Amino acid sequence: MNLKKIPTACALAAAALFTAATPVQAQISGDVIKIGIITDMAGVYGDIDGMGGVEAIRMAIADMGGAINGKKVEVLYAEHQNKADVAAAKAREWFDTQGLDMLIGGTNSGTALAMAKVASEKKKPFLVVGAASSALTNDQCSPYTVHWAYDTVALAKGTGSAVVKAGGKTWYFLTADYAFGAALQADVSTVVKAAGGTVVGSVKHPLSASDFSSFLLQAQASKAQILGMANAGGDTINTIKAANEFGITKTMKLAGLLVFINDIHSLGLKTTQGMYLTDSWYWNQSAETRAWGRRFFEKFKRMPSSVQAGDYSAALQYLKAVKATNSDDADKVLEQMRKTPINDVFAKGGFIRADGRMVHDMYLMQVKAPEQSNEPWDYYNVVETLKGEAAWTTKADTKCPLWK
Amino acid sequence: MQSAALARSARLAWWAGLAVLAAAPFIGLYPIFMMNALCFAIFACAFNLLLGFTGLLSFGHAAYFGAAAYVTGWLVRTAGWSPELGVIAGTVLAGLIGLAVGLIAIRRQGIYFAMITLAMAQMVYFVWLQAPFTGGEDGLQGVPRGTLFGFIPLASDVTLYYVVLAVFVAVFLFIVRVVHSPYGQVLKAIRENEPRAVSLGYDVDRYKLLAFVLSTALAGLAGSMKTLVLGFATLSDAHWSLSGEVVLMALLGGLGTFAGPVLGAFTIIGLQNFLADRVGAWVTVIIGAIFVVCVVAFRRGFVGELLAWQQRRGKQAD
Amino acid sequence: MEILGIPLQAFLGQLMLGLVNGSFYAMLSLGLAVIFGLLGIVNFAHGALYMIGAYVAWMSLEYFGLNYWFALVLAPLVVGALGVVIERTLLKRLYKIDPIYGLLLTFGLALIAEGVFRDQFGVSGQQYPVPELLQGATNLGFMVLPNYRAFVVFASLLVCLATWWVIERTRLGSYLRAGTENPALVQAFGVNVPMMVMLTYAAGAGLAALAGVLAAPVIQVTPLMGSNLIIVVFAVVVIGGMGSILGSILTGLVLGIVEGLTKVFYPEASSVVVFVIMAIVLMIRPAGLFGKEA
Repeated sequence: MNLKKIPTACALAAAALFTAATPVQAQISGDVIKIGIITDMAGVYGDIDGMGGVEAIRMAIADMGGAINGKKVEVLYAEHQNKADVAAAKAREWFDTQGLDMLIGGTNSGTALAMAKVASEKKKPFLVVGAASSALTNDQCSPYTVHWAYDTVALAKGTGSAVVKAGGKTWYFLTADYAFGAALQADVSTVVKAAGGTVVGSVKHPLSASDFSSFLLQAQASKAQILGMANAGGDTINTIKAANEFGITKTMKLAGLLVFINDIHSLGLKTTQGMYLTDSWYWNQSAETRAWGRRFFEKFKRMPSSVQAGDYSAALQYLKAVKATNSDDADKVLEQMRKTPINDVFAKGGFIRADGRMVHDMYLMQVKAPEQSNEPWDYYNVVETLKGEAAWTTKADTKCPLWK
Repeated sequence: MQSAALARSARLAWWAGLAVLAAAPFIGLYPIFMMNALCFAIFACAFNLLLGFTGLLSFGHAAYFGAAAYVTGWLVRTAGWSPELGVIAGTVLAGLIGLAVGLIAIRRQGIYFAMITLAMAQMVYFVWLQAPFTGGEDGLQGVPRGTLFGFIPLASDVTLYYVVLAVFVAVFLFIVRVVHSPYGQVLKAIRENEPRAVSLGYDVDRYKLLAFVLSTALAGLAGSMKTLVLGFATLSDAHWSLSGEVVLMALLGGLGTFAGPVLGAFTIIGLQNFLADRVGAWVTVIIGAIFVVCVVAFRRGFVGELLAWQQRRGKQAD
Repeated sequence: MEILGIPLQAFLGQLMLGLVNGSFYAMLSLGLAVIFGLLGIVNFAHGALYMIGAYVAWMSLEYFGLNYWFALVLAPLVVGALGVVIERTLLKRLYKIDPIYGLLLTFGLALIAEGVFRDQFGVSGQQYPVPELLQGATNLGFMVLPNYRAFVVFASLLVCLATWWVIERTRLGSYLRAGTENPALVQAFGVNVPMMVMLTYAAGAGLAALAGVLAAPVIQVTPLMGSNLIIVVFAVVVIGGMGSILGSILTGLVLGIVEGLTKVFYPEASSVVVFVIMAIVLMIRPAGLFGKEA
């Protein structure tokens, strides 16, 4: 053995001791109910969910009294930076070492699909609120995944139909190059074609691309009537801005396939008026939603998005089911949730279907003109309600083996 | 006399370290974390073979790690291969890509070599970004662990941990063997004074190319194992920021030492794990700061400094 | 009208955008080439300096109400000063040792800068408005070109040519070039070489910052804008020939255009085409197109 081996051993020993500071195999939490949320905090989808989502979950915990049958409820949160591996690793770590009882999925479909696999392996409930891909309840369905708020099929049936009905027959898609964009483009294309329209072409852009000019030029060259923006958050905002800058809006109409109230707030009513969008919830719909919205506004100085309201609802319903069954066993709680109709500020008469889809009403809305808006954040007119099952995947279309 | 005592405590410490690693799952260390760290330790050792022992800075080493990660993931998940074949395939592929890159890059020296490897790695990265089988931004998910050699089920974290540990020890010993072999001596000569090695008649390019391919193949092995452990392969595995991290692991631990990269890997992975929840984006800042400090004041790394201190002490005692 | 099956409009439009991108490549690779050619340092922090320049512009508008034209002067000065600090405290120690340490150090600096800004500002980026004078667009027939982008092309060409001229055609430039080849001798002639080296790094940093200000209204100001660009810029410098100033400028422009054309015919390949070209060039001419053999 030469001199170099001392350091080897010291090194390994030291490293091992050092790593003792790292996660330790824990017992399943007996005394605390832990809800975790992994979402995009600082990136392109940061405003839609982010810390606001965490806050919404805290509100749900507070509304349940802070404890269920004597057990305290805790929220864990983490940022996934829009990376599926970060999300999956964090979820696994929480399940293994923190005794996580329930995971809420934030924005970004790629991360949601990854986390769904982990949750299914660990046999724990995974309530997806922020992500859109319909695959979560279709070919990727699982008995442990519940898709709570909205999905790409609903967006297609809502906005897609509306735009085609209003005369937009030829479409060109600008698509975010990952699971969500692909799913959205596919679902909207189906609707467009079924309504007699045509898809002229498409181009993919990287997630959080900085410069959309060259993609927009390609779109313009296609001579399609409608530019379908199969992206969201910051990407949609930048697409709209660039489209205005390059005069694309003079020859094409922009269809925002996934738009949140934060995006409208960012762009302003002047730029976005008349745009159709489909959403699962709007703060200014009823007295109840207004009250909840203002509660959120007090803490956050911003009106909640539908995703944040969805976070609240998912956490609330989960805790109710835990209380009713007096257990944090995943299968029992999920069974209870499937039996119970959902009536809260987020949804009325909602229920969880066999494929994991939480079925509830969706709303087709149109952005108000500046003169129609009465107060800040008063941005939408509700044009049509897609009631219950009408908004979602039908049994005929589904590939989910759980729903046959 | 000194060296005998030192050698004895070295052996003791060596066994102690191995014992800790062997007992890890039972003394409360999270197996997934340990396996991840071991994979990166393999990666860092592979990298160190190239930089520390041959003197070539490859600044795009993540390309090979990521390539093997993806290929193994796809073979095991979609083509249904058993894990050991998947890992071997990944390793071989990484080596082949390394061969291709090496053939282009090896003509240049020093800093040019580094920049070329970086740019080539970027090219490979973009290929992975576009290729449908990788899943792009979503990554390649749901890679099953399968059964090793047809009879060892890897689903249990503890079982897989010992497999990973075995691979790590094998790679480590292999590298020690290579460095101490006559081939390794030539590499050392090339690192210290390439023109002289050339004048002595060695086909320097061939030696460097072989080192490069070995290093990339082993980096691929690390990537393949990581895919099995975590069950997915994503773009992060091929991104140039990972290339930078592995340089730091080797540098921090000690270039040209055996334990250095292992220590460096555990430190960086441990740091990232520990800090990620607490300080968010500051992890990047801290990694960057460690880089700066290492380059300016700590170039020999932990193990290098320890060795130097020992030698100084040895000299004083004499 | 069609060229190779693509409508002329799309073709020329992408060409134009490619020229704009090429101008950025040219400016950034110019700064990198200056620093490498004259200092022997591969400045991985170049992307970060570009990013900081853009942020200085944004911050001076957001917090102090200073407009774009101020920023064009302020950002290079601020970042240049930062460059002086970096050179004096850190880079100076590395000249005598293996150049890879310079690369690693600047890499670390880039990470620090990116991390700090990411922590402060998040990843999604800040908007920076186009200055009023340059707003609006001109209808060129084949596309609507925002005036600002045309300005960017002209401005960067101007800066590149000016820099080239200073280095290759003035006495100051000749001191710089001599100083890197034989510092002792030049110092013996009474020229303050360390001061020159420091100012060179500062100038390179200033160039990067200027590119950042120019870029701010075009792409978003995000902490990642530098790291997204830096590797392509490295490839440009390697293709052009490390150390060749003119080579970097020309290569940057040409590659921007090539990238734009690739977007027309085969969009998926547009991010790889620069590296493919680099591989080919290296196999034929290892020193780069305009480079001198190392």
